[in-house]
Order: sequence, then C-alpha cells, then structure tokens
Amino acid sequence: MPGNPWFSWSYVVDNAPVLWERTVEHAGVTIEAVAISAAIAIPLGALVSRFRWLSGPVLGTVAVMYTVPSLALFAILAPLLGIGRTPVLVGLVVYALLIILRNTVAGLATVDPAVLDAARGLGYGPGRMLVQVAMPSALPSIVAGLRLATVSTVALVTVGVVVGYGGLGQLMFQGFRNNFYRAEIMTATLATILLALVLDLALWAAGRALTPWLRRRTA
Amino acid sequence: MTAPTGVVDQAFVWLNDPLTWTEPGGLLELTGEHLLMTAAAVGAAAALAIPLGAWLGHSGRGAGLVVWLTNTSRALPTLGIILLLAAGGLFGNTATVIAAAFFAVPVLLVNTYEGVRGADPDARDAARGMGMSGGRILLQVELPLATTLVSAGLRTTIVQVVATIPLAALAGGGGLGQVIAFGMGTQRYGEVLAGGIVVAALCLAIDAVLAIGQRLATPAPLRVGAATRRRRSAPAPPRFDTGTV
Repeated sequence: MPGNPWFSWSYVVDNAPVLWERTVEHAGVTIEAVAISAAIAIPLGALVSRFRWLSGPVLGTVAVMYTVPSLALFAILAPLLGIGRTPVLVGLVVYALLIILRNTVAGLATVDPAVLDAARGLGYGPGRMLVQVAMPSALPSIVAGLRLATVSTVALVTVGVVVGYGGLGQLMFQGFRNNFYRAEIMTATLATILLALVLDLALWAAGRALTPWLRRRTA
Repeated sequence: MTAPTGVVDQAFVWLNDPLTWTEPGGLLELTGEHLLMTAAAVGAAAALAIPLGAWLGHSGRGAGLVVWLTNTSRALPTLGIILLLAAGGLFGNTATVIAAAFFAVPVLLVNTYEGVRGADPDARDAARGMGMSGGRILLQVELPLATTLVSAGLRTTIVQVVATIPLAALAGGGGLGQVIAFGMGTQRYGEVLAGGIVVAALCLAIDAVLAIGQRLATPAPLRVGAATRRRRSAPAPPRFDTGTV
C-alpha cells in the first residue's frame, strides 16, 4: 500500500456496497432504538407529569441507567442477551430514554396554564386534554428530545463494535486492526457524522410539518 | 462454560479472587490509573474551557460558536476519534487523555458560558455602579453566580471522562477498559461482564460523590431547594450535557 492517506475516494468507490450495508444497519438500529424509546418515554412522561410524586423515582432511575457507560452496559448485556444486535438495541433504548423523557416532562410543564384552563372550561376531560391540548403544546420540546436522542444514538451505535454489532463502527475498528487503514476509519467516522446530520434534518423537517402553527407565528 | 449462567458465575468467581484486585495490573492498579487519567483530562479541559467560557460569557461574544460546538460534539463518534488519533500515531494513555479532554471541553465551555451569561443583570449593573472593573465583575460577581452551572458541568464532565476512557482501551489505552477489551479478545465473557460491572460501579460511585460535592460547592441561596422554597414557580436550573459515551 503506497502511503496511507486519510482520505481516499477509491476506497469509497471500491467499498461502496459494504459502506452502504453498514450505513443501513447503523440507521436501522438507530431508528428502531429511538422509536422504541419514544414509545416508552412519551407515555411515561405524560404519566410522570400527571402524578408528580412519580417524577423523583422515575427520573432518578433513568438517570442512573444513563450514567452507566455504554461500553460497560454492552459488556454487561452481551453475556445475558447474547452477542449481536439485541444488547446494542437494548442499551441504546436505555440511553435515549432519559433524553426523551426529560424533554417530554419539560415540554408538558411549560404548557400555558391559561390554555389548560380554557380547555377545562370547554368541558375537556383529562384524556382529551392531554392528547388534544397538552401534547401539541409540548410537541416542540418532544421533537427536540427526539432529535437529541437520535444524534447521540448514532454516535453510540459505534460502541456496539465490542459486541460485534457496531454498524459503521465495525468499519472503524476493522480499519484500526487492518494496520491503521486511515481511509477506512476516516470514511466510517465521516459517514457516522453525516448520518447523524441527515436523521437530525429529517426529524427537524417532520417537527416543522407537525407544528404548522409555530411557523405562522414566526413568519 | 457449561450453561449460559456460567458467564455470570465466572464473573463472580473472578471478582471474588483477591488476586484479581491486588496483582500487578490488577483492578486496584487499573482503577488508580483510570482515575489519574481522568484527573489529567478534566484538568486540561477545565484549564482551557472555564477561562474561555467565562471570557466569552462576560464579553457576550461567541454565542454562535458555543451553540455550534455543543451540537456538533454530540454527533462526533468518540470511538471514531480515538481510533483516528491512534491511526495518526497517537497511542496509549496520552492519546486517551487528549481524546477524553477533547470531549470534555464542550460541556464545560457551555456551562461556564451560560452561567456567566445568565448572571443576574441587576447584580452586574450594581457592580458596575460601584465602580468595579470588567475583570472584577467577572471574578467577584459573575463567576460566583455561575457556580451552580459550572459545578454541574464539572460533575457531568468528570463522569463523562470516566466513561470515555474505557473506550480507549479498544485502541490500546490503559485504565479499567482493558479488562473488557482483554476479555473480548480472549473470549472470556466472565471477565467482560466483570469489567462492565466494575466500570459501571466506578461511574455511579463517582457520580454520587460528586453530587454531594456539587451541593457543597453551591452557595446555599443558589441551591435548587432554596430557590423553589422562595418562589414556587422558579424553573429548575438547566443542566447542559452532551450525549453519553
């Protein structure tokens, strides 16, 4: 190998299929983890905002799990769940949980009390109030949480390499083992960052589409 | 290696062996090394980020930079950066400290910046009216008011660095991550599990100790409990942090 360049277009061209495969794997596990996490965290956030006494124990527990480093968590989960995709997915769900939960609770806490009062005056029950009034008001904060969770999940997937399922992280580590193949590590790192930006942008656009009333206000 | 539960048993047998802890290169020595590397990384990051954040917050410049830095640092895969450093010839504990410090800077910078920026404008005005110079306002008014956020940032940073260092073991760095990396390499999953437990326990213990330290470092009137007692609607102080590692 003449030299060991940091950037190599021929590496990208020659390895396009495997790069694409790893990127799809990476994006797939990210999206699945954030979706599962959101399905748990958003209802839990609504529950916590309704029953305040729950917020201490629930947020505390989730924060403790968040403190455990990903490498350690994957290492603990792997012997119990087996090597591969499952421990990575479970670990990622745990990490995304805190971010989404925190933003859901914060979003619901900032709903204008006058709006809630108006809805109560119109005869809205607690369920309808939550779904039709509180949740739409909290939506920007929830979307912000989803974006944050997605971006950090994309970066975290790479650590999954320790249990054999790291998406683009596999390429980084393979390049490292393969006599420090710089182009491979660099390409995989840049692809990871790019994937984070693309998913972030997609969520931003989705959030914008879901909250047309905010656009009109700022326009 | 007879049953799936064998891994858990192995982990406990390994952790229960006194030699595991006390031998040269044992857990105690690795923990010491881990903490030394953490101190070096946090020290380096703090020496850069706290003065810079304080100055930016005081002068009101660089808001865009700070926002950009926090957002971008979330998207950076730590493992990729560590492996890139290794491929560039930076190996071992020094490289690990550099990488960990690199990821610690944004958190500290943002927290210091926001803390100084968010100091009560009335207090700042009063200080100026008393004839304080810019430097004295920063040191005697703004920074003390920023203690809550700066100490929250330090706590997040320290825990984050303790959590980042094990990753570097994959690239030949030291510290407790070696146990996990070595176990993976030799397929001794009991040790992998044990290493994971030890690293997780260290992080949780340090976070708990720092939570107490953070409370002691915060002047009594600025404590969360004090604020909510005075004004019911007082918002909780924001805690800026980057993604986990």
